[in-house]
Amino acid sequence: MQSQELNLQPEPGRKQASGTWWATLRLPLLALGGALALTTLVLLSSGVSPLQAYRILIFGAFSTPVRFSDMIMLAAPLLLCATGLTLTFSAGLYNLGVEGQLALGAVAAMLPLRLFPELPPALLWSLCFACAAAGGALWALLAAWLRLSAGVSEIFAGLGLNFLASGLALYLVLGPWRRSGSASMSGTELLPRELWLPTLGALRLAPLAPLLALLALALVWWAVRQTRWGLQLRAVGLNRVAADRLGVPAQRRIAEAMAGCGALAGMAGAIQVLGVFHQLIPNISSGVGLLGLLVALLVRADPRWVLPVAVVFASFTVGSVQLPLALGVDSSIAGVLQGALVLFALLARGLSRRVTG
Amino acid sequence: MRQTPLQILALLLLAAGLLAACGQQQATQPTSAPTAAQPTSAPTAAQPTSAPTAEEYVFGMVLVGPINDGGWNQAHFEGAKYVEEQVPGTRLIYIDKVNPADRPNVQVEQAIEELIDQGAKFVITNSAEFADGTAIAAEAHPEVYFLHASGDAVLRGVAPSNLTNLMGRMEYGKMIAGCAAALQSETGKLAYLGPLIDPETRRLVNSAYLGARYCWETYRGQPADSLAFKVTWIGFWFNIPGVTLDPTKVATDFINEGYDVIISGIDTTEGLVEANKASQAGKTVWAVPYDFRGACAQGEAVCLGVPFFNWGPRYAEIIADARAGNFTSQWEWIGPDWNDINNSATSMIGFERGPALTAEHAATLDEFIGKLADGSLNLFSGPLNYQDGSVFVAAGETADDETIWFTEQLLEGIEGQSAP
Repeated sequence: MQSQELNLQPEPGRKQASGTWWATLRLPLLALGGALALTTLVLLSSGVSPLQAYRILIFGAFSTPVRFSDMIMLAAPLLLCATGLTLTFSAGLYNLGVEGQLALGAVAAMLPLRLFPELPPALLWSLCFACAAAGGALWALLAAWLRLSAGVSEIFAGLGLNFLASGLALYLVLGPWRRSGSASMSGTELLPRELWLPTLGALRLAPLAPLLALLALALVWWAVRQTRWGLQLRAVGLNRVAADRLGVPAQRRIAEAMAGCGALAGMAGAIQVLGVFHQLIPNISSGVGLLGLLVALLVRADPRWVLPVAVVFASFTVGSVQLPLALGVDSSIAGVLQGALVLFALLARGLSRRVTG
Repeated sequence: MRQTPLQILALLLLAAGLLAACGQQQATQPTSAPTAAQPTSAPTAAQPTSAPTAEEYVFGMVLVGPINDGGWNQAHFEGAKYVEEQVPGTRLIYIDKVNPADRPNVQVEQAIEELIDQGAKFVITNSAEFADGTAIAAEAHPEVYFLHASGDAVLRGVAPSNLTNLMGRMEYGKMIAGCAAALQSETGKLAYLGPLIDPETRRLVNSAYLGARYCWETYRGQPADSLAFKVTWIGFWFNIPGVTLDPTKVATDFINEGYDVIISGIDTTEGLVEANKASQAGKTVWAVPYDFRGACAQGEAVCLGVPFFNWGPRYAEIIADARAGNFTSQWEWIGPDWNDINNSATSMIGFERGPALTAEHAATLDEFIGKLADGSLNLFSGPLNYQDGSVFVAAGETADDETIWFTEQLLEGIEGQSAP
């Protein structure tokens, strides 16, 4: 009974209404319908056939092995970020600093690459991921510390730290880590080939990246759903004051959730450096952290849905690359669809709560 | 209770997405560039799914910026359209704005894959940033030919055999630009709006300075050290908010500091546009834009002229050759057609005079161009020193191509960062 109440899907009235398929599927269908309607409007207003656009958006990423591997390489860091955000959302935190945590992880991953380039690659990669996780966690703990000691909302602390982290990356790319003889924001020198994460043949798919992301997801799932620690985390998320009174070390759990999320985001940053861009670029996150926020919002921190939604979102983004070439419509339509899905999911939940509760 | 901040957050994110979508669509609408009307949708959307026919030869282009930027990218796009006109049976497909700000999740290799997937047999990439990605794609697709414009992989011996390099000797264009600036300037303070720092941009700044110094001394009769020449680098080929310096702000600063000619080295036209605004506000200031022949249109009243690239003719030859099976991998650095540098069928680079250049100065400029044309004047003649005092070209010598191509620093007399 207790665990039922601590579940993060406490829809009032849901129990009474359950039993029919309509009750279970009503909200997702409403959300999907609304999102599609809005996106269709945008597409129609730019004079494009919505059906063709949807075909490319939804199936485009699966049409060739090249695109599929690109999708996986986007889904992996996305999954790591969304998984990390599952922790913070469970604790009732809005960790908007995830972008900066990713960027700092990427910067930290560069340290061993620059300091010990002659180490055996496997050891070097392990060091990179360890540094990246530490860097991301540190950045997240900074936000947590601001929240816990100075009462600064983690939303604003995170946003501020995002600017700081991207500023740091930019400074390093243009300054001390610039290519010899040049100064350009296009990025640091490309890593030597033997330091790129090994890929499947000529594809860009580095299996280590999705493997790591899936492991992280499994671990977080288990920790949040199956352990006493996770129970306490969710208790803090539901009502921090009450949890505190009942003997849950709320401050500690908040800091742990933030650090965990930061570490995972940092590892996503290491994937961006080692497996995607093979260099440090100013926009190293390439928006993956924000996309992870959308995923986490949509699934409301339910680890069961993180993987499928992350894959769907990554597919939209990769599929949309073809849009300008095939239909002459801008790729950012993928962002509209992703945003609309989240918005309508939240709206549907809010409405149903008002109607039934 | 928790719904409210969630909804606000989602609304914000959605609004941002919508704004981005609309904003980008607007950006590709040609507002001021007449020649590139309806390019975004026309060539691609017209035959969206048509498979290439047997005799059709599809070639692709990956551009770093928008095709209507009034500069570097528009010049390339016009060159590609020229190929479509001149080589029957060719069709252009392209992806523009391939840079980490406009398309954060798209790398140049991915863009090339999409073009090849749509049938491209020949791919042109147009930015120095694309060197690594182009080489990777060329190795992965030995059956496709690649042209990396402005690159030097062939010269450095690191290019696969299906990759070629092409660049124009814009050094001449920049010398002419610098000369025009020095002829017209009243304050003797010339400013150069620089993109990022690399050998290419350094040698172009040096060329503009050499042209300016020569004309300042020779035609204005002034001592070289009374000429101020300052370069400010924004950090990339065009403005990326929050990442580069804002070229609009840099240009305004130039004007406020008393520089009365802004020579642009970036892909876009902020230097010209800001000079035009300042001029309308009563200041005496001129500008020299860059890259695209029609660039002066965005500020006729202050435009002294524009050194431009004319990619079309050589593109057409290379693509026709590749189609016929005669592709050669080489590093080409092609100068102007000195018989008529503005001949659009023969000259790789040119200088289109602007309305703001006085007739008297225009005549002097023609004399200067004549000296460059007949070879009686070589501005890369020693003694020339780098900023740190080390020798670039010794006295009595002239610089060879590779010395100029791999320029390591700005020259003595130029104020600005060399990033050695």
